[in-house]
Amino acid sequence: MKQFFSFVKKEFYHIWRDKRTMFILLGMPVVQIVIFGFALTNEVKNSQIAILDNAKDEVSSTIITQLDASKYFEIRQNLHSYPEIEKAFEAGKIKMAIVFPQNFSEDLHHLNKAQIQLVADASDPNVANILTNYATAIIGDYQRRINTNTMLPYTIDTETRMLYNPQLKGAYNFVPGVMAMVLLLVCTMMTAITIVKEKEMGTMEIMLVSPMKPIMVIIAKAVPYLLLSIINIASILLLSVYVLEVPINGSIVLLVFESILFTLVSLSLGLLISSGAESQQTAMFISLVALFLPTVMLSGFMFPVENMPLPLRIISNIVPAKWYYSIVKSVMIKGLGLKVIWKETLILTGMMLFFLTLAIRKFKIRLA
Amino acid sequence: MVTLDKLSKTYNKGSVLAVDKVSFEVNKGELFGLIGPDGAGKTSIFRMLTTLLLPDEGSATVDGFDIVKDYKSIRNTVGYMPGRFSLYQDLSVEENLNFFATIFNTTIEENYDLIKDIYVQIEPFKDRKAGKLSGGMKQKLALSCALIHRPTILFLDEPTTGVDAVSRKEFWEMLKRLKTQGITILVSTPYMDEATLCDRIALIQSGKILSIDTPQNIVDAYPDKLFAIKAESIYYLLNDLRAYTKVKGCFTFGEFVHISFKDKSATNEPELLAYLKEKGHKNIEIKAVTPGIEDCFIRLMTEETN
Repeated sequence: MKQFFSFVKKEFYHIWRDKRTMFILLGMPVVQIVIFGFALTNEVKNSQIAILDNAKDEVSSTIITQLDASKYFEIRQNLHSYPEIEKAFEAGKIKMAIVFPQNFSEDLHHLNKAQIQLVADASDPNVANILTNYATAIIGDYQRRINTNTMLPYTIDTETRMLYNPQLKGAYNFVPGVMAMVLLLVCTMMTAITIVKEKEMGTMEIMLVSPMKPIMVIIAKAVPYLLLSIINIASILLLSVYVLEVPINGSIVLLVFESILFTLVSLSLGLLISSGAESQQTAMFISLVALFLPTVMLSGFMFPVENMPLPLRIISNIVPAKWYYSIVKSVMIKGLGLKVIWKETLILTGMMLFFLTLAIRKFKIRLA
Repeated sequence: MVTLDKLSKTYNKGSVLAVDKVSFEVNKGELFGLIGPDGAGKTSIFRMLTTLLLPDEGSATVDGFDIVKDYKSIRNTVGYMPGRFSLYQDLSVEENLNFFATIFNTTIEENYDLIKDIYVQIEPFKDRKAGKLSGGMKQKLALSCALIHRPTILFLDEPTTGVDAVSRKEFWEMLKRLKTQGITILVSTPYMDEATLCDRIALIQSGKILSIDTPQNIVDAYPDKLFAIKAESIYYLLNDLRAYTKVKGCFTFGEFVHISFKDKSATNEPELLAYLKEKGHKNIEIKAVTPGIEDCFIRLMTEETN
């Protein structure tokens, strides 16, 4: 046991004395959260819209005020006729136009049914989609409020609900993704590199010709990175709650437990890579290509898995980050418990045991 | 203490023969040298004996343990210093020593007497990072780390390569002192002049053992009389000597060319002098010399290749 702690202590010296690497390890999650949370956001804020209000009644002006009050829209011009809509789009000044028909409030009050037309610039389909969704949400919000005061329900024809992320906040998506990415990078790449470094430096040769058991070497190598990862998990969660204002709706204990489980999967993968790689470059290359890319592409964090062709959907199942991503989304954002995510948890546990066994079995007790 | 029985090792799926049926024995308390040029197979033998490589054929025991079956027992008892400096460069001298002591289940204090002579020389730099030490000091630290658990056998793979002459001399003195502590030492070196410092040596070339004996016996076994010749142009001298039919072996040795004759005729020397003068050489100097290990090595090597 004393051997083990001595080895762990030595490992911490390595990390601590390589200030640049340590800074990267601890600073990376912060930078990524900030980049993904603010810069790379696909939220649409302060979009310029135009209003063609043919009704000019109480209801339409209330809705217009509410649209204007939201941080997503900014009313740039009030139009007076249909042809002006096209002109405004052509001038590139607006992203969406909202058209209220004549007799809007009359229709609503007498027929209990009224229509609003949302005309969006679909040259960027994603933005168009998001904008119409925002507008629909705001109108729906108004509708629900007037309905509480009446017996007969009024309907305004835009019925969409945004589950879990009513404001379609981008950060909700990015936080689980960044967590998966950071943990994978820190654990997999760094453990793989640190073990391969011992091979390169020749120190592994001496460690092998010593009473230290190979499995102890492996575990002692992984422990410091597990601790670093826990720090990273904490900093990501703190940043997302206090800076990005993404709440943790579920149990924080469960979230941390699942994150540690995913960390262990990543560590095992790192150990596995190290047993095959002979140089630090190879280790880094394998970690990046074989792990980092699938994590970004196939975990559902950048692109929804459901939209992928069948072969990719099948491949995505062996990407550990996919399961972790789904766990974090369920626990952190939907506030669900173990009852819902037991399957994912079991898969990750299985993956960890599989990779770890393989890594230990493949660990070379000799040089060749 | 160490026995090798027809140990063989190949690389690249058998296409490169690195060690070719090597057999020798090292006795307890002996300072045994494995002498040969780079690529002779010294490191392969060391790695097989320290259980880092599996032999393709043959067997070997270290301290009574089989190098394949009982590799764990061997790893517990031997001390190994690889050819390349293999300590943690970002740890200080003291941290390295402490670390290796703990790994081998011991403490610096417990075996301090064993490493004291060596460690006192690097102790003033104990807070310095190992990577920032000079070559000689690195070797001393590596030796201290290999010794810290009082191994029964010490394997030193080219410990003096890349070390200055003074440090080399010091290093061999340290080995002599260690021998008095009863530690068996197996050392490899490409420097022929270090051979005489060993109790017994094995000359090795292309994976084959050329000769195993005490350095004195190997030198005594040199069959021919050896002459050293010097002239103004060593290049033409060498060419002319090679063309001279009575010369058997001929190779440069510093500013001299060492030669031996095919027969033991007493007129060899004056005849050669006349031949060289005729060829236009100036300032010719011919003297009889006692052969060294290198002379023996080259003779054995040429015999082997013929």
